[in-house]
Amino acid sequence: MNFTPETLQKIDEVITHYPVKRSAALPLLHLVQEEQGHISADAIEWIAAKLELQPINIYELVTFYPMFRQKPAGRRHIKVCRTLSCALAGGFEVCEEFRRQFGCDPGATSADGEVTVEFVECLASCGTGPVVMIDEELHERVDAARARELAGQIKAGSAANAGT
Amino acid sequence: MPHPAERRLIFEHVDEPGYTTDLPCYLAHGGYEALKKSVARKPEELIDEVKKSGLRGRGGAGFSCGVKWTLVDRKSGKPIYLIVNADESEPGTFKDRYIIHQDPHQLVEGIMITCWANQVRQAYIYIRGEFPRGARLLEHAIAEARAGNFVGPNILGTGYSCEIYVHRGAGAYICGEETGLIESLEGKRPYPRIKPPFFPAVLGLYQCPTIVNNVETLCHVKHIAAMGGEAFARIGTLNNTGTRLLCVSGHVQRPGTYEFESGKITLGRLLNEICGGPRPGRQFKAVIPGGSSSKILRFGERFKVKQRDGTMVDWGVEDIPMDFDSLAACGTMGGSGGVIVMDDSVDIVAALANLNAFYAHESCGQCTPCREGSLWMKKITARMVRGEARPEDGALLKSVADQIAGRTICPFGEACAWPTQSFVQKFGDEFRNYASRPNPGPAATELA
Repeated sequence: MNFTPETLQKIDEVITHYPVKRSAALPLLHLVQEEQGHISADAIEWIAAKLELQPINIYELVTFYPMFRQKPAGRRHIKVCRTLSCALAGGFEVCEEFRRQFGCDPGATSADGEVTVEFVECLASCGTGPVVMIDEELHERVDAARARELAGQIKAGSAANAGT
Repeated sequence: MPHPAERRLIFEHVDEPGYTTDLPCYLAHGGYEALKKSVARKPEELIDEVKKSGLRGRGGAGFSCGVKWTLVDRKSGKPIYLIVNADESEPGTFKDRYIIHQDPHQLVEGIMITCWANQVRQAYIYIRGEFPRGARLLEHAIAEARAGNFVGPNILGTGYSCEIYVHRGAGAYICGEETGLIESLEGKRPYPRIKPPFFPAVLGLYQCPTIVNNVETLCHVKHIAAMGGEAFARIGTLNNTGTRLLCVSGHVQRPGTYEFESGKITLGRLLNEICGGPRPGRQFKAVIPGGSSSKILRFGERFKVKQRDGTMVDWGVEDIPMDFDSLAACGTMGGSGGVIVMDDSVDIVAALANLNAFYAHESCGQCTPCREGSLWMKKITARMVRGEARPEDGALLKSVADQIAGRTICPFGEACAWPTQSFVQKFGDEFRNYASRPNPGPAATELA
């Protein structure tokens, strides 16, 4: 596995936070996914060896925790909240709008591999719903019109990327 | 601007113009004075203050914080851990988010006072994975506090040392359950542990005595240390002391998080006066008063409640004081303080279908009744919404829910059964007549 020196340093540092190495499993999975975009089979073996565990001990985490992915997501990751308070405020329409904009069903990635649209459970911002997380940024009170605007910005970003 | 009926302790500086998350700002507003005062006192005295304060845990169960601390095994010789439950994931709850993102040092100070009182040397903040910015803000605040000698070795020259680390979750609701959280922090799947024997106070993290407290609870500890337990107990009402953060979402004009003296505001005043009432042309239909797991209340129903002094009162939904005991007396719970409001536009079966999909997704799968039952309930309500409802579906749903509650290792069993049980009980007519309802409009597909 090839990790940047910064990631390797963070990995070694975070292991020292716990009296038992295994506790560092989730932090390591986050660090690996942040750098590589997903958790590959090789990464599972690498993390297991690093923490002196069996690969199954890491694999069972990747398959349980919703935030870990075994396949790459799009360059931009859109998460629309599905749960009740956001739904009462129109969250389903917002998800449908993103689906239309990028031509992919919830959970899937657009044909060009640029965008993943996901319908996720409660993002804990129920008072300002519908809420949408794009990568690490939370967007509040997103209606269909705002979703089109956000989609437009993402498309413009993709076009700019393709041009360089 | 806070509403005049509010009493802000924890939210004093939330949304205040010019108030920032950095240490100099916190210090300029009297920050870490309560910690300085606390480390000059004996730890037992602080535990006494918290007992006197009557503080009850704000994560959902409302268990006495002082008692929780007293139950900690101090004779085993093992280290004692503090875990901060910042996994805020009960649908309808969004209070800790504001503390973490706008006033992280308040939480850090509450943590350090709690650690001193319980002689904890290592604390972990378990923060939900979907708060990446919150995790960074907390890490930054801890680093600042370490530089200021409020965290780390030899705190404020006392010879006492304590470290805090931030640990990120990864999107699993069950990690909010304290023993599931402990398993997760140990690097495992968050399968809750069975109690007995695994009471965290005795056999918690790494089989050591462990305290798990909610973010809001720990912020209250800071205010108790500052003002004293007796002064705190004078805020709020008997057995429901201090202030409470209430998060209102759904069909009101002004949703948001508000802070009141516990039990001093009724549900009706909260929704009508503070939150501006229903949307124009609409009427309130139902309210879930304490996070999505709490039992739903139907507007128009009446509650006969015996009060502490023995007198009987007859309450409508609007008359219920927002405290643990009053809501429990009305057959629901104060829970996490998440109030979800639904007006008369809502298709109640579709609303339940939405929640059932959540619980089916979040069941950890360890106990059969919950793993299978939550999925069955999801499938039944989804089928109803699809247009294939049968008159007996309400009874079928109730039968499934009744076979989950009380038959699981952790309270998720109740959490997923209570919505179904209460929706069917209170809106039985809508479930029975769903297939032949007069306006099968778009309301259903908007929610499920």
